Amino acid sequence: MSEVIHIEANINGRDRAFEVAANHTLLDVLRDQLGLTGTKECCVVGECGACTVVVDGMPMNSCLMLAVEIDGRDVISVEGLATDGRLSTLQQAFLDVSAPQCGFCIPGQLMSAHAFLQRNLDPSIEDVHEALGGNLCRCAGYLQITEAVMLAAKAGRE
Amino acid sequence: MTANGSVGSSPNRVGGRDRVTGAQQYVADIHLVDELQAKLVKIDEGRARIISIDTTKAEQVPGVQLILTPKDLPHPMPRFGPQYEDRPILADGEVKYHGEPIAAVAADTKEAAEEAVALVEVEYEVLPGVFSIDAALDPDADLVQHPSLRPNEPFAHSNIKTEFNFGWGDIGAIEGEADYVIERKYEFPMVTHFAIEPHAFMVAPEGDELKVWSTIQHPFQLQKTLAKLLDLPLSKLRIFAPDPGGGFGGKQHPKLEPLVAYMAMKTGRPVRLIMSLEETFQAVRRSSTRVRVRLGLTNDGDMVFNDTETDYLIGAYVDIADRVASKASYVAAGPYRVPVVKIAGRTILSNTTPTTAFRGFGVPQITWARECTLDEAALGLGIDRLEIRRRNLPEKGVEFIPGDTPADGDWRQTVDKAAELIGWDAPLSEGRGRGIALGLKSGPTTGLSYSTVRLLADGSALVFCGTSDMGQGARTVLSQIVAQEMGIPIERISVIMGDTAIVPYDQQTSASRSTVLMGTSVYRACKDIHGKVRAMASRIHGMDEADIDVDGGTVRFTGEELPIVEVVQEGLGSLGGEVIGNGEMRKDKEPDHPLAGSAAFFEFNCTAIEAEVDDETGEIQIIKHVTVGDVGTALNPQQVHGQDEGAAIMGLGHTLMEVMIHDEMGRIRNMGAIDYRIPTSKDLPAELVSDSIENSDGPGPYGAKGVSEGSLLCTAPAVGAAVREATGLTIRDLPLTPQRVWEAMREQT
Repeated sequence: MSEVIHIEANINGRDRAFEVAANHTLLDVLRDQLGLTGTKECCVVGECGACTVVVDGMPMNSCLMLAVEIDGRDVISVEGLATDGRLSTLQQAFLDVSAPQCGFCIPGQLMSAHAFLQRNLDPSIEDVHEALGGNLCRCAGYLQITEAVMLAAKAGRE
Repeated sequence: MTANGSVGSSPNRVGGRDRVTGAQQYVADIHLVDELQAKLVKIDEGRARIISIDTTKAEQVPGVQLILTPKDLPHPMPRFGPQYEDRPILADGEVKYHGEPIAAVAADTKEAAEEAVALVEVEYEVLPGVFSIDAALDPDADLVQHPSLRPNEPFAHSNIKTEFNFGWGDIGAIEGEADYVIERKYEFPMVTHFAIEPHAFMVAPEGDELKVWSTIQHPFQLQKTLAKLLDLPLSKLRIFAPDPGGGFGGKQHPKLEPLVAYMAMKTGRPVRLIMSLEETFQAVRRSSTRVRVRLGLTNDGDMVFNDTETDYLIGAYVDIADRVASKASYVAAGPYRVPVVKIAGRTILSNTTPTTAFRGFGVPQITWARECTLDEAALGLGIDRLEIRRRNLPEKGVEFIPGDTPADGDWRQTVDKAAELIGWDAPLSEGRGRGIALGLKSGPTTGLSYSTVRLLADGSALVFCGTSDMGQGARTVLSQIVAQEMGIPIERISVIMGDTAIVPYDQQTSASRSTVLMGTSVYRACKDIHGKVRAMASRIHGMDEADIDVDGGTVRFTGEELPIVEVVQEGLGSLGGEVIGNGEMRKDKEPDHPLAGSAAFFEFNCTAIEAEVDDETGEIQIIKHVTVGDVGTALNPQQVHGQDEGAAIMGLGHTLMEVMIHDEMGRIRNMGAIDYRIPTSKDLPAELVSDSIENSDGPGPYGAKGVSEGSLLCTAPAVGAAVREATGLTIRDLPLTPQRVWEAMREQT
């Protein structure tokens, strides 16, 4: 059996303390241990972006991080974007332009976009394409996703 | 009265909120009490004879509950498949393609299952396999399928699965009328679906029932398949099909559900198998093809004949591949008036991943060949490539495929719109080229969709239907129809799908059918409610039913107009209740038709591309990508754009970058996201324009047609044509990677 390690982390605004197996990824722990299944599993090699979460403000592939690495850090997953049941500006923009089709990649797209907009509220379309370049979508042509991020940026500036 | 979210508007996607909060539950997000985790035992070979499977060491791993091998299954090995029952539950004595499951482990944890998989000892002998069309057709080639699996089939002693012949007229008699004859061969490689959600399956035995969760597009087909394999009544098989995370055809037919069902029955516990992305490469792919096109034309560019041969390289088991090849070959001559057409198609078995439906259903492969050959002919004849297409297009209403649905749109409008948007006649910058291509696909040829709409006493409604919403937005469009017909806002409507014990039967979600077929069914369920409301109004107001008109949410009678909901509330009285409407849409088989059914509609698309090719790297940059579809009526314009753009970019994927690579032993060498590239946001055209022609001339409600595949049918030939104009190169194989283009440029100089 794998070693179990005690960690403390802020998950979606809540301080939590729990045990994780040393060999479990952050993705494993979010989905299977904390029940935060909004974060999706696809390629598990850090290429598709479906498992993106924000750790201390940075978008990270949770499939490539060991859960122990979040000890003492802030993690936001898609479940942490809405406040008291109200969608964030970014989520609302995704909904308004019909960016989600099947929706499976959307949590990852949202988390990459969320981290990106914290740093840049006045992006060009190319900036958005660059920032979300690691998040694969197979349904849509990325146009509606890009449009949503641009809309959210505009709303954020106003 | 128009309710919020009615037909023609673009309300927020039904289910969209859960998709942006993470609340949407896909199969892998659902856990069952006491569930076991399953993993597959495979070997890294393209073909091998299994000598023995030793599970002794694997069984010692703590937490392992079951290692299912073929000896645990009934004899002979149970087999299944949508066309032929040729796919075994586990490899039957021989691994017939890379990754075919040999055994499967169920354990308390994923880790235990993985550890046990590594400890299963499989002794095997590697066998020579056939991995290409030429190898499969070699008279000395080993047979992929034993002839005993294919009794009474004419080609059972070869690797040819089936031959199809279609066409009309006599080529020999008309050949002399052609001034110009051109013959070309084009190849289309193996590509895979790459839905971001890998396939996932769970089965739980509960009393005398089996509960099954699957990412399947066709839950009712899965129900039938399992019922037959397990000899259970349909009523004892409850299929849950949560909205799939992308399907594209790859999730149409049952795959590993039967295996998981046997594991669940053996252990008596719920068993869960979540495939890896790599494993999906070994589960689904598009048929690779070689297409030979011989076209005869007059000097003016009128088509005289089209003589096409299509070879589809399918996998070790047929899945739906015969239907893909025959349905696509049938429309090989495309959206043109051609006096004589001769089509010979073949499916060819190989030791590769079984091929299945994939957006476009075999048509993109043929379209690549036909449209490119037509361009070569236009160049040879000195005729403009747009003009040669325009002059051969059938007028609306013309039966361009004898005995089938006549041209169901004014297709010239579509072509002219695309030409205008790309600026066909505008001067080109140095190093750039343009291309234009047409795609045509038959919609569904049969269908059966039931639905129930329940209008509740508070003026809200429930819709029950068996369509799968895998991203195309069926929940939204079906809600819009109900909003329109009941006069209630879309926010008050819920759509229930994905549970065969609750929703009525639906044949399938494929061929861009749901808006047209399920849409009609739901529309009819609404009309059923209208009839009941008319009776209510007649009772309440003491009038003849004939004098009462119910339409679009409103009840009208002499001098009065009332919302349906108001009449219903009065009619239901103090006990409340509901008004239930049932709908049915049936498109029966036509036994004399070569495909057993004419097209419910055609998906017609024109794609135009402007591209630039980098002299030094061979990289193609798409400057502008125009796609125009004939959609009949866009019930939800935003979703129509979403489908059209998504298909266009998927088309760029197989055009520019996607290919499954096998080594000489038939092993796939680029499984997964690192080595198999699909388009990212950084691969987009500099400009993508998606437009539609709407003449409300479709067979669906309000004149809708299906729209979800059109824009990838002819992406590749449009890009190929632009590359030719930019560089002078004619490349007859895909994808047009920088390497391939660069090599062709070097050869040219």
